[in-house]
Amino acid sequence: MQIDHAQNNAPTARRMDLFALTWRMPIIVWQVLFFVGPLLFMVAMSFFLVKNYVMQETFVFDNWSKMFSRGYFRDSYFYTLFLATLSTISASLLAFPASFALAFKVSDSTRRWALFLLIIPFFTSYLVRIFSWYVILAESGVINGMLSTIGLGPYTMLNTKFGTVVGYMTLTLPLVVVLQTFSLANIDRNLVQAAHNLGCSPWRTVYTVIVPLAKTGLIVAALFCFILSFGDFVSPYYLGGSKPPTLPILIIDTTKSGQQWPRAAVIAVVMMATLITIAFAAITLAYRKRTSR
Amino acid sequence: MRQSSLLTGVLRGYTLLLFVFVFAPIAFSVIFSFNSARFPTIPLESFTLHWYETIWADPDVWEALRNSVIVSLCTSVLATALGFATAYTDYRYNFRFKSAYLALVLLPPTIPLIIMALAMLAWFSKIGASGELWSIIIAHTVLAAPFAMAITRLRLNQMDKDLESAAWNLGASEWRAMREVIIPFCKPAIISAAFLTAAVSFDEFAIAWFVSGLNKTIPVLILEIVQGNIDPQVNAIGTFVFLVSITLVVAAQVFFSLRQSKGST
Repeated sequence: MQIDHAQNNAPTARRMDLFALTWRMPIIVWQVLFFVGPLLFMVAMSFFLVKNYVMQETFVFDNWSKMFSRGYFRDSYFYTLFLATLSTISASLLAFPASFALAFKVSDSTRRWALFLLIIPFFTSYLVRIFSWYVILAESGVINGMLSTIGLGPYTMLNTKFGTVVGYMTLTLPLVVVLQTFSLANIDRNLVQAAHNLGCSPWRTVYTVIVPLAKTGLIVAALFCFILSFGDFVSPYYLGGSKPPTLPILIIDTTKSGQQWPRAAVIAVVMMATLITIAFAAITLAYRKRTSR
Repeated sequence: MRQSSLLTGVLRGYTLLLFVFVFAPIAFSVIFSFNSARFPTIPLESFTLHWYETIWADPDVWEALRNSVIVSLCTSVLATALGFATAYTDYRYNFRFKSAYLALVLLPPTIPLIIMALAMLAWFSKIGASGELWSIIIAHTVLAAPFAMAITRLRLNQMDKDLESAAWNLGASEWRAMREVIIPFCKPAIISAAFLTAAVSFDEFAIAWFVSGLNKTIPVLILEIVQGNIDPQVNAIGTFVFLVSITLVVAAQVFFSLRQSKGST
């Protein structure tokens, strides 16, 4: 049990004092007003009606039944789910060898530098990086320009799933590598050494010792990747050509051009429900104790 | 033995390639911002500052820059203060529903931005606050505060728990101990959080796009230019944006890692 370390010595520890409230309350007020409030209102809004461009605060299921009866919504849903899954698998697999190298095959200072560098792009204008990919992948872009000098191409890479996934990787790979590296680096090296000493081949060590030990971190990394890809509109729009549109693109179209906020809210609520389900499943999986063999 | 060193080489080479992939878009954006071609490709055309001159002379860019600076600065101050208060609460107190409290604080970055954007847009127009610069600031603070909280909390972990109690025993009030022990100890983390939250705000485009109305920030301006067609101006603005956000993030990391040298007594 964790003990409130200040309890015995603090000048005014017993009652709910002004000092404690000063530090505790601001974030509660702020998040209730500007985080929980907006999200709950959005759920409520999915039951509103729009008449003559004016939103009426009603409680009807019209938006829900309309959205669910539209084929394009269902198509878009499964397509988004598919793309996010593809992105998660790609990122996890592409990141793993690099994370493995950073965790086991380089010096501590190299690892620190690598992580230092990887944190930068996560906070650095994703939008501009995608625009840059647009130029690189275009019909007459950098890659096709280079390929044409050796007589290949041009290949169509924009407006394809490949383009979309390149965009998703730009968004997620740095984060996935960082999280995977942390979880791999925290593995008890003695267990790896033991497997080696007992004659376990390197490949077998990876998937019978290392991956199970790092399981929680690997799944959490994949989950973050899924959430980011599922909610991203920039890559599927600019690199994927929005054919068919993903759910985030649908939210933008419905909000910006259609002025149908309640229907956009239906899409958003469906997305939230999907993500909560997947997050719950992933976390259960990540923290499940290994069954003894 | 030889086989394993070959494997090591391959893995290192692969890792290098991954870094190339991650940083290629940034590098090309910088290169093309100095390239005269209207549609950038290889081989490069001649060197030019034309795109920078274009954006320098564009009043919209200046207006957006002004908005971005105001939003980032205000977000940085608010999010850092809120993050600090929350980290201290988590460090010092146990109370009922503490895990709910922490979830309330830490969840925002896990919600897709597009959903936050729609929710914020609807909420702000409901309470009559949409289209204002400060509506972006409020939304960005929700988004950035968890980062500030995490950074400060990690720093507080490094602190000797007896330090604060010692101050109390020597007769300092809680307020005075806060001012003279806790805050000075957390100073590197607070500065680091200020830089990082500024970076989060400076780059955020989805929420800003939805709630900004006519008050465009730089990322929103970029989004609108990109929607038109290929315009190498974006590379020039983009290079500037990279410069700003990379500086902010590096500064945040440098201040954050100060704890290793000075923190461990």
